[in-house]
Amino acid sequence: MLKLEVRPAPSRVMSVASPLLALSLTVVIGVVLFMLLGKDPLRGLYVFFVEPLKSWYALSELAMKATPLLLIALGLAVCFRSNVWNIGAEGQFIVGAIAAGGVAMLADAHTGRWIVVAVLVAGVLGGMLWAGIVALLRDKANANEILVSLMLVYVAEMVLSYLVYGPWKDPNGYNFPQTISFLEATKVPRLFGGMFRVNIGLVIALLAVAAFWLFMFRVYAGFQLQVGGLAPAAARYAGFSSRKALWMAMLVSGGMAGLAGALETAGPLGQLTPHVPAGYGFAAIIVAFVGRLHPVGTVFSAVLMSMFYIGGELAQSRLGLPKSLTGVFQGLLLFSLLACDTLIYYRPRWRSARSPRSEPARPTNVITPSTPTVEGNA
Amino acid sequence: MLRLELIGISKQYPAVKANDRVNLRVKPGEIHAVLGENGAGKSTMMKMIYGAVRPDEGEIRWNGQVVNIRNPQEARHLGIAMVFQHFSLFDTLTAAENVWLGLDKSLSLAEVTRRITEVAKVYGLDVDPLRPVHTLSVGERQRVEIVRSLMTNPKLLILDEPTSVLTPQAVDKLFVTLRQLASEGCSILYISHKLDEIRALCHHCTVLRGGKVTGEVDPTKESNASLSRLMIGAEPPQLQHHQARLGETVLAVRGLSLAKQDQFGMNLHDIGLEVRSGEVVGIAGVSGNGQQELMAALSGEDPRAAPDSIRLFGKAIGHDSPRQRRDHGLYFVPEERLGRGAVPTLSLAQNTLLTRTQTVRSSGWIATSEVNTLARHLIQRFNVKAGGPDSTAKSLSGGNLQKFIVGREIDANPKLLIVSQPTWGVDVGAAAQIRGELLKLRDAGCALLVVSEELDELFEICDRMVVIAQGRVSPSIATSQASIEQIGEWMSGLWNKTAPKQESEHAEA
Amino acid sequence: MDAIALLLAATLNAGTLLAFAALGLLINERAGIVNLGAEGIMLVAAIAGFATAVHTGNDWLALTAGAAAGALLAAVFGLLVIWLNTNQYATGLALSLFGSGFSAFIGIRYTQEKLSERAHYDIPVLSDIPFIGPALFRQHPMVYVAIALTIALAWFMYRSRAGLVLRAVGESPESAHALGYPVRRIRLIAVMVGGALCGISGAYISVVYTPLWVEGMVAGKGWIALALTTFATWRPTRVLLGAYLFGGVTMLQFHLQGEGVQISSQLLTMLPYLATIVVLVLISRNATWIRVNMPASLGKPFFPGG
Repeated sequence: MLKLEVRPAPSRVMSVASPLLALSLTVVIGVVLFMLLGKDPLRGLYVFFVEPLKSWYALSELAMKATPLLLIALGLAVCFRSNVWNIGAEGQFIVGAIAAGGVAMLADAHTGRWIVVAVLVAGVLGGMLWAGIVALLRDKANANEILVSLMLVYVAEMVLSYLVYGPWKDPNGYNFPQTISFLEATKVPRLFGGMFRVNIGLVIALLAVAAFWLFMFRVYAGFQLQVGGLAPAAARYAGFSSRKALWMAMLVSGGMAGLAGALETAGPLGQLTPHVPAGYGFAAIIVAFVGRLHPVGTVFSAVLMSMFYIGGELAQSRLGLPKSLTGVFQGLLLFSLLACDTLIYYRPRWRSARSPRSEPARPTNVITPSTPTVEGNA
Repeated sequence: MLRLELIGISKQYPAVKANDRVNLRVKPGEIHAVLGENGAGKSTMMKMIYGAVRPDEGEIRWNGQVVNIRNPQEARHLGIAMVFQHFSLFDTLTAAENVWLGLDKSLSLAEVTRRITEVAKVYGLDVDPLRPVHTLSVGERQRVEIVRSLMTNPKLLILDEPTSVLTPQAVDKLFVTLRQLASEGCSILYISHKLDEIRALCHHCTVLRGGKVTGEVDPTKESNASLSRLMIGAEPPQLQHHQARLGETVLAVRGLSLAKQDQFGMNLHDIGLEVRSGEVVGIAGVSGNGQQELMAALSGEDPRAAPDSIRLFGKAIGHDSPRQRRDHGLYFVPEERLGRGAVPTLSLAQNTLLTRTQTVRSSGWIATSEVNTLARHLIQRFNVKAGGPDSTAKSLSGGNLQKFIVGREIDANPKLLIVSQPTWGVDVGAAAQIRGELLKLRDAGCALLVVSEELDELFEICDRMVVIAQGRVSPSIATSQASIEQIGEWMSGLWNKTAPKQESEHAEA
Repeated sequence: MDAIALLLAATLNAGTLLAFAALGLLINERAGIVNLGAEGIMLVAAIAGFATAVHTGNDWLALTAGAAAGALLAAVFGLLVIWLNTNQYATGLALSLFGSGFSAFIGIRYTQEKLSERAHYDIPVLSDIPFIGPALFRQHPMVYVAIALTIALAWFMYRSRAGLVLRAVGESPESAHALGYPVRRIRLIAVMVGGALCGISGAYISVVYTPLWVEGMVAGKGWIALALTTFATWRPTRVLLGAYLFGGVTMLQFHLQGEGVQISSQLLTMLPYLATIVVLVLISRNATWIRVNMPASLGKPFFPGG
């Protein structure tokens, strides 16, 4: 029988290898799935893993998808490390988009380029506002942030729907639920000319990676947040304020999600429609975990997830496979990751049925935190 | 014929060989002690007898027959019962329901309730079956555990450190019960590291050290010194005692009352005590009498105390956060090492940042090289056996981690150091070192407040003692004038009945 | 009056689906496991049930298929969190995300399908009583099953030894293990039973409640069910009442829309979600009360060796 025994110390090798292992597992299941669906698995793998990287244009599109995922995941990584479970980033994304759209629509023919800054700031503030509600309810009323933030996603969707079907509907839009197309001045500037759609969002995202790394591992406030997530009793002992941690985590992650929403709206979309919510807020949860809740790791996992998204779209147009396949793969990836992560703490051993089973010792004077914890380290 | 025999039993864990070819021989009706310091392997041995863990090699014989105990249920069927050091009771259920869950037979709850009262009467154990366990004191909970074991009609009863939660008087009552059981033919395995108790109660004693048996003796014919030699390989280390040089009042607690924060806690009532620089004041008491709540109020983890009920150098600090208190010179070592005193998965260097912020700039920037230097300094100064500043806290043994944490706080040059359970779960060598460091700190003029459940430890290092019981604190008494019996009475809250030679309370400055 | 009777009837209907899911989650959480994958389980069960109904025309088979799908997914979840000790919250989320994608994937083929004519259920004599009759006695049998389940569960929890063991496991798995109980097996059974009940709820949605398939049709009811178990403080009867309350809020929104009330449809659709937040806030304010009633080991990992 295959048994798992505790390792004396967590394996650093497996810490890095686990996401790769999880990816391989997902690929294997994917191949099986392709075969079951009667499609050539090699073509399927090509579409998912090679095509998105084949040309500069493809890379540009990859960057476009990766940017919002990365931005949101950076914020979520801080959040989850602090043991604050903001599952409603999607809702904060939407409200950020709404705020950004609202400011964008204030522009007229004479407005200068500075409005782009205003649009993005509005997005950040919108996301922070929506996340702030969650923080407030947990701070003042102990309301579980998972449920509140999730409920607020549905509420945000309804607010967006109300706006684009109602007061913000483009009067010249043939009665389609959409706002006016934003004026050129408000559009987020692109990095290169021509057909490459990648915009400064990419630069902002990469700068954010550096900023978040510094915050998490070189700044005391970031250290405090992590201790709060790893060992709440130790945080209390040290005198770290859990209320400050809650607000910081929620506002940072809400702001990042709102920023991503603003970039999407004032960038590729150029208007508000009911299709603004693309599930990035949820996919970013997976990006954060697969990236080990580490800023550098999230870069790689964001690229990976973007490949899943683009691959899914290509699979639909080239192979006739449904786009929802992307969702399946993303879920599978997270599952595999969680399963493979056990290998960091446990070693598989073959034991014959006869030999005595043994249960490894665990330290008895350890306080286990009362809320979900994440093991993570620089 | 022996009731229980362990022959050549071994058990290997990833990092340590917990039991190395140990032998144990227990006769019917015998009270047999298993003596060893923390980490010697006593718990592992018991877990194998009880069926929670399987041996790697060796043989277990029950009444002469070789047996293979695969789980606690099989152990129970043989007639082996265990009273755990950390109780396996369910707080929200009644005593009767708890006992019911511990029995295999399909008796009804009503029958079990009736039998509990019978058994309790026979053995002099006062237990109300219908009370939910969370309303019971620690001593009462232990009685529920014992009754639960007795109802399985055991032929062998294992008790793991049973007296750490009892007052001296309650210990005597327990011994009466145990002697009665033994006289009826039940064998008793008594796990302890308390030499006086073993010599008073037990017929026979097996001594463990580092996973091996170092001796099988009759404790009534041994002295504390000889037992100690078997247990740790040497005489217990002697501490240097100097005359106290007292200074000003550093900590003054007056009228500290605090409501409990959750239903399983203890209210604090009108607590008053004082600590001056250059002295060690000890707080004795059985666990569960308010020590945790008092510690939290003093450390700042619970900031609800009235500001002037706690004064540091005359300054009212009742509402101050832990960080503010550290700025004023108040440092604290909590009783839980992993999870509170240190974060298990972070390195020793990172763990210094919990309480030592001199390596953090005012902008919030962490000077990593300075953090590492500090950690290295602590490791060296306090003899911590660790791989280096990067070793994770949980990779250290209990004793070494405790040395690191205590050292971290001592190195901060505190004006007042509060320590809770300084040597709990720590091997004798490290314990001696820690107590030595505390005394050195006291000699250098620091004020110390020590909470401990080990009376011996308090008598060893404290100048004065108070007792906490039911959320109240007794008047203080000089250690030289206190006796164990008296402190034991005070632990039951009876300090007004006895008329000890006590010091008069100091007037508030 | 007729309208109110119909509203009541619709409330019972809507409440029933929430009740099944929430009762399933209650069993989970009493054992100490929180399953955030409820939404994903309900979605997969919904398509499983719908597909079965399309192919066999048999509603009961459809509900069984839903239960089976739920139990299977819950078993995978259980193996991960109970034996591999993966983080319960993350694993549950993974399940929900996976379930959402997977159900959409499978459901593509069924989007345009219609089910056969829905049966009408009527209890003879009782359903002719004015007002009460149409309100209470013209329900799908599963409505009555839900009520019976609640009573059975309450008896199980508080009057049977097995229920006591379950509560003990949820409060302190370490102590239960020390007493020799197979904690991990008990938890797995609880998780699978809970998953099966969530599955029944999911299938009920797509086969009885709104007999069609649309991607994401569970629309957050799994999350609402999770909230329900918390504010019913893990007691079966309170869960049922809470489920009816929420069913009522949902139905109220349709009723108001039907009555031509001049509030935008989106705002009305928000009602159940806002109501969830409001109730969560009201209940959670008394932190002590929650802690007293909550299974103490909820969400924490359990290591048998320790």
